Amino acid sequence: MCLAIPAKVISVEGVSAVVSIEDVEYTASLLLLPDVEPGDFIMLHAGFAIEKVDPEEAALTMQLLLDMEKHRPEFN
Amino acid sequence: MRFVDEYRNKELIMAVAEKLKTVSKREIVLMEVCGGHTMAIQRFGLHALLPPTVKLISGPGCPVCVSSQHFIDKAMALSRLEDVIITTYGDLIRVPGSTTSLEKERANGSDIRIIYSVLEALEIAKNNPGKRIVFLGIGFETTAPATAAAIVQAKKAHLTNFFVLSAHKVMPPVMKALVEEGVTLHGFLAPGHVSAITGTSIYNDLASVYGLGVVVAGFEPADMMQAVLMLVEQIEAGTPMVEVQYQRVVQLEGNKMAQQVLQEVFELRDDQWRGLGNIPLSGLKIKNAYASFDAEWEFEVMVPESSEPKGCICGLILRGLKTPLDCPLFGKKCTPVDPVGACMVSGEGTCATYYKYRV
Repeated sequence: MCLAIPAKVISVEGVSAVVSIEDVEYTASLLLLPDVEPGDFIMLHAGFAIEKVDPEEAALTMQLLLDMEKHRPEFN
Repeated sequence: MRFVDEYRNKELIMAVAEKLKTVSKREIVLMEVCGGHTMAIQRFGLHALLPPTVKLISGPGCPVCVSSQHFIDKAMALSRLEDVIITTYGDLIRVPGSTTSLEKERANGSDIRIIYSVLEALEIAKNNPGKRIVFLGIGFETTAPATAAAIVQAKKAHLTNFFVLSAHKVMPPVMKALVEEGVTLHGFLAPGHVSAITGTSIYNDLASVYGLGVVVAGFEPADMMQAVLMLVEQIEAGTPMVEVQYQRVVQLEGNKMAQQVLQEVFELRDDQWRGLGNIPLSGLKIKNAYASFDAEWEFEVMVPESSEPKGCICGLILRGLKTPLDCPLFGKKCTPVDPVGACMVSGEGTCATYYKYRV
């Protein structure tokens, strides 16, 4: 129910945007997240953009995971 | 898919799982309170990757499952009115009410339409001026702002035939209620998209007053394993606190615009939860300023006293006290095709996910 999927903003017109998930286009209402631009990634929930995805934070989280993999203990 | 596939990388997930094994010493119980998390845990088989010291249980995170029988029965009563079109998110129509379900009412001729976005209900209202359109508002803080935004839009458009029957709920009171009831818990995997709206301050009490760890988690397997690791590290260090694993989406202060529209339209009230009973200030009621869009004001329908399905332990499962495997009906009399209780109906219900991925 609280499912939200990352979608790339293709274009913005007024309070809605055309967004793309795996090359399929959807309309996202921007009533809850007005400040988006083409190229941004948003989380799409029940037809509404609810938050942006922050690529810098995503990279930091990924780095933590990659570090863990790098320092993975050796198990027999 | 970007921001999805990279968090499903097996090597990364196994690396976290191995670190978890080295860090975890104490026996602990963690609860996830989001249906999306319940689904991800079962789908990716995360239970199998946890050390034996970490027990992960599911809580009341599925809106369809926690909606009270009275709400379902009332929706059914409204659907029988001649001039009413019911609009709803998908799963709800299959929930067995006391005597029937919306799906059966639809087969009997009621006009019940499944929609993906509440904005579709506004369009239906505009296109059917002779009908009264009722939207069944279910969901937590993630979903309720969309309903609130739709009500504001309806007012702007001077719509007089759009109504919301609100069963919207908020998360923190039920999390506290479970702890106060005595469910053994050491920490919560907090819901990522609820938190994207609310921010993280709603969980502060759980850490400072109740001494529980809280980590706001994303929905991919690497996210969830990392969040479990963060909780285990907190608990092992004896420093329970509120942290965010899902940093790419959740900001500490949340989505201010969504919070504003939520506060504009809704106020807190005591509410009924399936299996948990009445929880103070846990539900969202439409404010008087928007009462003309409130189905509770618009319609007076008689709803007979509601009854829970016989033998169903959905309520105990929602409190994390039982698993579906403890239920004599599970997989026998109660299946996704012919569900007895709400936990088997919704795709994110604990029983439905167990059935899909474990049977």
